[in-house]
Amino acid sequence: MDLTLKIWRQASAKAKGHFVNYQVQNISAEASFLEMLDILNESLVAKGEEPVAFDHDCREGICGACSLYINGRPHGPDRGITTCQMHMRNFKHGETIIIEPWRAKPFPVIKDLMVDRSSFDEIIQAGGFVSVRTGGIPDANSIPIPRRNAELAMDAASCIGCGACVAACKNASAMLFVSAKVSQFALLPQGRIEAQERVQRMVAKMDELGFGNCTNTYACEAECPKEISASNIARMNREFLSAKLLAHKEF
Amino acid sequence: MTKLDPKIPKGQLDQKWTNYKAHQNLVNPSNKRRLDIIVVGTGLAGAAAAASFGELGFNVKVFGIHDSPRRAHSIAAQGGINAAKNYPNDGDSVFRLFYDTIKGGDYRAREANVFRLAEVSNSIIDQCVAQGVPFARDYGGLLDNRSFGGAQVSRTFYARGQTGQQLLLGAYSALSKEIGKKTVKMYTRRDLMDVVIVDGLARGIIVRNLITGEIERHSAHAVVLATGGYGNVFFLSTNAMSSNGSAIWKAYKKGAFFGNPCFTQIHPTCIPVHGEYQSKLTLMSESLRNDGRIWVPKKLEDAEKIRKGTLKAGNLKEEDRDYYLERRYPAFGNLVPRDVASRAAKERCDAGFGVGTTGLAVYLDFTDSIKRLGKNVIESRYGNLFQMYEKIVDENPYENPMMIYPAVHYTMGGIWVDYELQTTIPGLFAAGEANFSDHGANRLGASALMQGLSDGYFVLPYTIQNYLANQIQIPTIKTDLAEFVQAEKETKDLIQKLLTINGKNTVDSYHRKLGLIMWDNVGMGRNKEGLTKAIELIQELKIDFWKNVKVTGTNDQVNPELEKALRVADFIELGELMARDALSRQESCGGHFREEYQTPEGEALRDDKDFTFVSAWEYKGDNVEPEMHKEPLVFEFIEVKQRNYK
Repeated sequence: MDLTLKIWRQASAKAKGHFVNYQVQNISAEASFLEMLDILNESLVAKGEEPVAFDHDCREGICGACSLYINGRPHGPDRGITTCQMHMRNFKHGETIIIEPWRAKPFPVIKDLMVDRSSFDEIIQAGGFVSVRTGGIPDANSIPIPRRNAELAMDAASCIGCGACVAACKNASAMLFVSAKVSQFALLPQGRIEAQERVQRMVAKMDELGFGNCTNTYACEAECPKEISASNIARMNREFLSAKLLAHKEF
Repeated sequence: MTKLDPKIPKGQLDQKWTNYKAHQNLVNPSNKRRLDIIVVGTGLAGAAAAASFGELGFNVKVFGIHDSPRRAHSIAAQGGINAAKNYPNDGDSVFRLFYDTIKGGDYRAREANVFRLAEVSNSIIDQCVAQGVPFARDYGGLLDNRSFGGAQVSRTFYARGQTGQQLLLGAYSALSKEIGKKTVKMYTRRDLMDVVIVDGLARGIIVRNLITGEIERHSAHAVVLATGGYGNVFFLSTNAMSSNGSAIWKAYKKGAFFGNPCFTQIHPTCIPVHGEYQSKLTLMSESLRNDGRIWVPKKLEDAEKIRKGTLKAGNLKEEDRDYYLERRYPAFGNLVPRDVASRAAKERCDAGFGVGTTGLAVYLDFTDSIKRLGKNVIESRYGNLFQMYEKIVDENPYENPMMIYPAVHYTMGGIWVDYELQTTIPGLFAAGEANFSDHGANRLGASALMQGLSDGYFVLPYTIQNYLANQIQIPTIKTDLAEFVQAEKETKDLIQKLLTINGKNTVDSYHRKLGLIMWDNVGMGRNKEGLTKAIELIQELKIDFWKNVKVTGTNDQVNPELEKALRVADFIELGELMARDALSRQESCGGHFREEYQTPEGEALRDDKDFTFVSAWEYKGDNVEPEMHKEPLVFEFIEVKQRNYK
C-alpha cells in the first residue's frame, strides 16, 4: 500500500517543531508500523536526509520504549497493544497517517518523536519498591498469598511504563501508572508494611513533577496497551485517604 | 598459562562456594564508602549487582543505553526462572539442577560455577518474592511451578508469560531504592565506547551521551560489564534492536579474553521470517512445547501442496503427519532441549518437508491438547501467547496450527571469566549473558534469568570485595590520566571517521549482509568450507564498510544512525571471531553443530578427548589473527556421557 505520513519533526528540546509530509510506497500489510518507519528512514538516509528519531527497542510490546501518538491515539488504532505490535493491515492504501510524540508537560520532547520519560523513574525512586536488602530472606513459601491477590497484583504489575496513560489524559495525569505500582504492593503482604508511606511519597512526587489530576474520564484505561484497570486508581485513592488519616507520618 | 587460571576453590563440590566465602577478603564499612564501582548495563545482572553494591555501601555508578533502566532486554524473557526448591516434591535437588545444566550444556561448562549457580538458585526465588514479584500461585497460596525443556522435573517459577519483566522490575525497584538514597548514581542513554586500563587494571570507561553526543570519562576502582549477549550479529534475532556486543568487544580489544564465541543458541519456537524489511524475530515461549505437538507432512507432495496453499494443515490425515520429535526422541518427545529441537526442524525443512509460503516453518499443533483439556485450559495457560501470535501472523492458532521456525536467541559465549567472574583484566568483571558463563554449549530454558540474578545478587557482591580489599589504599582515580585522554581521543577519532566516509550504503544494509553470511555459514549447521568462506566474506564486508558506509547527521545530537554504525562495525569483527572459533572446534556439541561430526542418526558427536576445553581468544591487533588459549574442563564429580534424550 502507498501512504502519506505527516510526521512531527523537532531538532531538539528547544527547537520549534513542525509537521513534514512524507510518501511511502509498496508497504506490505504484514509489516509492522515501526518496520514501515524503518523503510522510510532507510530511504531518507539513502537520500542523505536525516532519519526520523523515535524510541523503540524490544519490538514485542514489553520494554515500553515505543511511544507514538498515531492519528490522535497513543499506540494507534488497535486496542491492547503497543505501537511496535501494530501491523500495517490496520491501515488502508492511500491513507494519511499523522504521527506525533507524546504530548504532556512532564514528558518534554527530546527530538522528533522521542520524549523524556525520566519523571516516571523519579516517581518509582520516591517509593515504588519494597525496602528489602539482598540476602537473609526467609523461604519464599513462608507467607502464603491468596491466589486472587497474587493475580490482581500481577495485573497491576504488568504495566510497561510507556506513558500512554499520561499521553491519553487531557490533564496529563499519571494516576494509572502510579496506582498500578501502589496496587501491586498494596495487594501483597510483602508490600503492606510500607504501604502508607509509599502511597504518600509517590503521590507527592507525582504532583511535584507536574502531572495533572484525575477527572475520571478513563481515557488512560482505554489506551493502555496492557489494559491496566482504572480500578487501581480507586484502590490508590483509598490507600491514600487511609494513609492521610491513619499514618504516623505525613509526606 | 597463568593468565587463564579459573581460580576454582579447593574441596568437595558442595563445599567450594562455602569455603570461598569463608576465606575471601572483605572490605570494612568505612572503606566501602571510599571505593567506586562502575556497572554497565541495567538488565537482571547489572541492576541486581548495582543495587546490592549500593546496599553494601560502595559508591556505584550505573550506565544504560535506554531512557530508563527498566527497559533492558531482560524484560522480554517470557517463560520462567529455574530453582531447585523441589516444592512439587518430584525429586529435584541442587545436584539435579546442577547435573541437568551441565548435561544440557553438553559438558562444556565449568563444574564449580554451575554448582554454585544451582546452589544459590533458591535464594533468588526468596529474594524476588520479598521484593513483591507476583509469581504464579496455586489455590492454597503457595508458589506454582511448570516444566521446561531438558528437565524431567517441574522447577520453573513463572509470572504468566512475563517472568523476565517481573524479575527485572524487581531488580529495577531495588536499584531505584538505592538511586533514591543516592548510593547509586544512574546515567541513562549512555553507550559504552571504551574500557580504560591503567597499569594493567580496569580503571574506568568512556561513554557517549546519546542525547548530546558528548564523550564522557568515568573512573572507578572496578568495572562490571553486564551488557548482555551478541545475538544481533545475525541481524535477525529475538534480541531487542539496541542489544549489542560493543561493550564486550571493546573489553576484548583491551585484553579481556573472549570465551567460546561460537556457542550460539538458536531457539526452536519463533515466528517464521515473513519479509525482507523484517527488523526482528519474535519468540514464542518454549512453554508452548508442553502442550503443543510439532509436526511436518510425511510426504513431500503434501508439503508442496501446503506451501502452495492448495492443502490445509487441518485436512491432512493423522497417518500422513510426521511428529518427528516424538519419533526420534520418545523419552523427551517435544520437550527435548532447544538445540536438539532446532536442528531437527532445520533437518526436516532442508529435506523439503517445511511448510508456510517459504518452506521454512514447521507446525506447532494444539488440536490434541484442546480436545483433551478444553479450549479454556489452553487459553488460561497460553492466552497471551496465542493473542500475540494472532496479532503478528493474522491467523487464529486455536483453529489452525501455529507455524514456527528456529531463530537466534542467546549467546552462551562471552567474555571469559574465572570463578570470581573476573576477566583476564584485573578489576574488570563480566556478569549475565555478557560472560561466557555457566551454560556450556547450550543453555536450558529458564536458566538465563537464574544466571543473571545469581551473578548480580549473590556472586559479585562477594567476589568483587575480594578484589577491592586490595584497593582500599587507592584514592579516587583521576580522569585526567593519560590513559583516559588517549581513550577519549581514540573514540572521537573513530566517530569522526564514521561520519566522514559519506559512502553510498546504509548501515542497515551492511548489518543485513553480515546477518545473512552468519545465518548461512555460522548458524545451525556449520562446516569447514562454509566457515572458511564466511571468514573471507566478513573480511571483505569489513573493508567495504569502512569505505562505503553512509552515516548521516552529526555527533553533537541524537543520532541513531551513528549509534548503529558503531555497533555494526563491532559486530562485523565479532562475527569473524565466531566463525574462527567454530572452525577450530572440530566437534559438534550443544548449539555448535559441525556437519562433519555427527552420529549415523544425525546427532551431535562430541570429541571429549580433544575438545573438553573452553576456547579463550586473545586479541592481537587489527587484522591480525587472534590467539586461542585453552582452559581445560575437568569433571571431577560427574561422569561425562553422550547426551541422550531418546
